[in-house]
Amino acid sequence: MAGTLAILERHLTIYKRNWYASVFSSFILPVLFVISIGIGVGSYVGTVDGWEYLSYIVPGVLASGAFQTAIGESTFPVLGDFKWSRAYHAMRATPLRIKDMIFGWQLYIQIRVFIASVIFLVVSAIFGAVHSPWVVVTPLICALVALATAAPVSAFSAGLENDSYFALLFRFIVIPSTLFAGVFFPVTQLPLLVRPLAYASPLWHAVELCRAAMLGTPPPWPVAVHVGYLIVLAVGGLYWADRAYSKRLKD
Amino acid sequence: MTQEPLIYARDLVKKFGDFTAVNGIDLEVAPGEAFGFLGPNGAGKSSTMRMIGCVSTPTSGELRILGMDPVRDGSRIRGRLGVCPQLDNLDPDLTVFENLTTYARYFGIPRSEGRRRAAELLEFVQLTEKADGKVEPLSGGMKRRLTIARAMVNEPDLVLLDEPTTGLDPQARHLLWERLFRLKQAGTTLVLTTHYMDEAEQLCDRLVVMDGGKIVAEGSPRHLIDTYSTKEVVELRFGSDTPASYVDKLEGIGDRLDPLPDRLLLYSADGEGAVSEVHRRGYTPSSVLVRRSTLEDVFLILTGRTLVD
Repeated sequence: MAGTLAILERHLTIYKRNWYASVFSSFILPVLFVISIGIGVGSYVGTVDGWEYLSYIVPGVLASGAFQTAIGESTFPVLGDFKWSRAYHAMRATPLRIKDMIFGWQLYIQIRVFIASVIFLVVSAIFGAVHSPWVVVTPLICALVALATAAPVSAFSAGLENDSYFALLFRFIVIPSTLFAGVFFPVTQLPLLVRPLAYASPLWHAVELCRAAMLGTPPPWPVAVHVGYLIVLAVGGLYWADRAYSKRLKD
Repeated sequence: MTQEPLIYARDLVKKFGDFTAVNGIDLEVAPGEAFGFLGPNGAGKSSTMRMIGCVSTPTSGELRILGMDPVRDGSRIRGRLGVCPQLDNLDPDLTVFENLTTYARYFGIPRSEGRRRAAELLEFVQLTEKADGKVEPLSGGMKRRLTIARAMVNEPDLVLLDEPTTGLDPQARHLLWERLFRLKQAGTTLVLTTHYMDEAEQLCDRLVVMDGGKIVAEGSPRHLIDTYSTKEVVELRFGSDTPASYVDKLEGIGDRLDPLPDRLLLYSADGEGAVSEVHRRGYTPSSVLVRRSTLEDVFLILTGRTLVD
């Protein structure tokens, strides 16, 4: 545990030098989204599932923010600390364990996601998009989707020799997830054949849970199934990360 | 401190697939020693160092570091080692000072104590005025000094230096040697790898010569020179003639003749006497240099190859 916190401290030391840039972007980006899509596009859309469009998309944008932060922080930064700065190799020469390296980074991502989620929730409340006291559980959902995404993506990044695979990851997983995992319209609008792809994405489960919490309606599937799926991805991802980091650092 | 060796290895082997990097070596390093691995690139020095540093698992054989088993107690052992790796891995996102304080935290050292040691170590490696700067603008020599300071932050029982001065200019090397010499005088146990003879002669009390994953000789620099080489070496050049063509002609002068592509080495206890004999036989080399034997000669005699090619 002490080792994990020592590594978290390293990441926070670096973060404190440019925190305002990331906090600003995690504040300004959702506001722009809410205004342009929620209010702008929303005025043409009318209602979805009985809700005005703004209230419909806000929970999805919240979850997708957590998803994107998780991906962003577990791609280039992880590869960079293996390949370019060799920070993990420096840690490896100390009493730190590989688990400390993994947990330290995941904990850092959790802090980043939590800050962004809370800021976004405050903005959402100002725009009147919060309709249920269950909104208080949304930071937990964001934390879970962030771990379910960041853990396997970190493992993937730890196995790479160069960054060319990231373009594929963004093009074929991140962008399609953001567009088709229920953030902007219900996945039931998708053709039956491609719907399983949305169900496979961790983002869809988080979007539906956040939406249920913020609107006070039940999610499409039982809560336990949505949560269970994210937990399986998170645990599997951590296991894979342990394998990938070990492979890179041990011989 | 126990009298137990800090490093103890018996028949230590490291294989990567079919390739045997370290092929059954025996080692013992005592507290307070400055111990060196000398050998060309690919001799198995770095693989040995990585096993001693508990970041690489031996394929077979026995290895004990600080009296512990590196596989079972790796984390505990690493807590008492200071490592200066061959490739710099300073943290480019942190300042010079933060590189030390952050690293101190990795060893569980309290923050205030980490700051105190960082200030002291920057003083020691003469980087105090760079404390708040980034790492990237530092010169190669400064980065290496910072890496050594970082390796000292946990007050290690054993410091491992993998080719500490490779790639540095002569001035930076001398400054680094001087700092390492001070550590050695303070009683720190140093283990280093090098392919520089002068470095081994300057810093090591005792060294092993490695070639092809094996130890081919062991002893103090003086002992190795006395055992394997002669007191003096004469370097003869014969203009455009190939040095090898003179081997027969000079047969019998000195103890041994070694033709290199550009010069002929003549090993003799009496260099001047050997040169007179060359002239007496009627040969006039274009240049003659009589010098004392070095570890370079030892290496050449032992392996038939030069160290840095």
